[in-house]
Amino acid sequence: MNSALAKRDNFALLKKNMTSFWSIYRQNSMGLIGLVILLVFALMALFGPYLVEITVMAVDGVTQVIHPPTSGYWLGTDDLGKDILAGVIIGSRVSLLVGLAATAISMIIGTVIGIVSGFYGRAVDAVLMRITDVFLVIPWLPLMLVMAALLGPSLGNIIFVIGITSWAGTARIIRSQTLSVKERPYVERARAIGSGDTHIMFYHILPNVFPLIFANTVLVAAVAILSETTLSFLGMGDPTQVTWGMMLHFAFSMGAVSYGAWWWLLPPGICVVLVVLSFTFIGYALDEVLNPKLRRRDQ
Amino acid sequence: MRLLEVDNLTTYYKLKDGYVRACENISLHLERGEAIGLVGESASGKTTAALSLIKLLPDNAHVMAGSIKIEGRDIAGATEEELRHIRWKDIAIIFQGAMNALNPVRRVGDQIVEALRIHEKLSEKDAGRRTAELFEQVEIDSDRVREYPHEFSGGMRQRVMIAMAIACNPKIIIGDEPTTALDVMVQAQVLQLLETLRREREMGMILITHDLSVVGETCDRVAVMYAGQIVEDGPTEKVFEAPSHPYTRALITAFPNIEGERYLAASIPGDPPNLLSPPGGCRFHERCSEVSELCRNEAPEITDLSPGHRAMCHLLQRKVKVK
Repeated sequence: MNSALAKRDNFALLKKNMTSFWSIYRQNSMGLIGLVILLVFALMALFGPYLVEITVMAVDGVTQVIHPPTSGYWLGTDDLGKDILAGVIIGSRVSLLVGLAATAISMIIGTVIGIVSGFYGRAVDAVLMRITDVFLVIPWLPLMLVMAALLGPSLGNIIFVIGITSWAGTARIIRSQTLSVKERPYVERARAIGSGDTHIMFYHILPNVFPLIFANTVLVAAVAILSETTLSFLGMGDPTQVTWGMMLHFAFSMGAVSYGAWWWLLPPGICVVLVVLSFTFIGYALDEVLNPKLRRRDQ
Repeated sequence: MRLLEVDNLTTYYKLKDGYVRACENISLHLERGEAIGLVGESASGKTTAALSLIKLLPDNAHVMAGSIKIEGRDIAGATEEELRHIRWKDIAIIFQGAMNALNPVRRVGDQIVEALRIHEKLSEKDAGRRTAELFEQVEIDSDRVREYPHEFSGGMRQRVMIAMAIACNPKIIIGDEPTTALDVMVQAQVLQLLETLRREREMGMILITHDLSVVGETCDRVAVMYAGQIVEDGPTEKVFEAPSHPYTRALITAFPNIEGERYLAASIPGDPPNLLSPPGGCRFHERCSEVSELCRNEAPEITDLSPGHRAMCHLLQRKVKVK
């Protein structure tokens, strides 16, 4: 078989699959709304920092602190006279980055623990699942706070802390699906042809639990972004980075509420809500697309 | 040296309330290029016996005793690591439902490549070429290696399984009801294909089935299993012409003969015994039409009837004594 031909073949197949995936996905209005919101924020995170910079608003040489929205500064200024709109746009990059990186860590840990636990069963399962239970029942916010405080405020630590505390739910879900998949005849066949455990787990079982991982990733991403905001808001974030959480933190500690400066508090808050909402919408839509039982078949 | 020699193989399943004596004292042998049929009703231990050979059993199964020799090499005590090399290289299996024995999210060809590359040092390219050849041998267009299992019909999937089974040139193939889920036409094609390949490659075959006509067509010898024991075994013709165990006789009359007179196929009354606590004496006595007091109390021994033809029944021993 010609390998160049095979590659083109692969590409055509991928294109065909993506087309059919899209034709189902776009029927789902919730999913579409989520996708549009997420795209807007993604573009903002990608290009925003190159297009805007945080300037200080001054009139006749006097810095205008905590100034309500005006024509030049659509979202007003903060206690240092800095442009809030620019802050929100630039903050989107770090917020999304932390959310996605933490999600990646969480999904990898959750998937590996889930598959290994479900596949081996018995003692391995018992030990791994008790550890998972611990992470499930420990109130995650205090745990995150303690870890973040111990490790110190840096972007890497925040990502690590969120990743390490949010994998337990995923591990549970992946484990239960693995329990079902490992009993399928093709796993027995894989063993019969002489495959080892690792090969069976990652070549045969992983692709069959993948839809679940996929749908779950989107939901974990929402939680991770929310966690970043929470940690930063509570003062555990990296003070050298502009993120939505840090903006909220400063707004709150500098007394935005008592000044009645809604333009300072609301924008970063609304951004967080919108992003989390978009991930949740996409998550539900994916669930529907990937699970044929939830899908209408008349189109 | 015999290709396969199994002696007194005994496999139990451990349950909470005891052992299920799924197969006891199974002795079998197989020559190069020979096919043996393992028949019996469901739950008679056919599959357990065959899968015990390469320990492809659930966790609660225990091979309690017996020796398994492939070309004189005992593999009964092989470790899991050694078994991995024996599996597929020495003994390959065609599974019961080929429909489900293929991973739905992997290309059909890749799954054969996988089997090849576990056992032989082959480049991706060479393995792909071999796979295409194997497809041609089982009469599937080699372009279809890139398709997924759901794009194949049942018969084709079964042929893919056969291609996979012969991929590493195994010495022995176990067919675990390879044609059960197929319609009669496809069944005939698949059996024909297996037959051709077996003769070409001189493979030994153990065919597990409850379809006696399949055995009649393809097997040189047949072993009849009942409640975990082989009750009769011998050359197919002899067993079919002169069935000596009442169970074998009942099994054969339960199969209508298309050429002979029309009669309602006779069923065997009762159910197979619970193997957690098999009945004392002969295990068949509760359902046997020729039962006597002796059968209830004493387990029968194996009687040689003619070279290679043996059965386990008290009636036969009496006959032998009378002579």
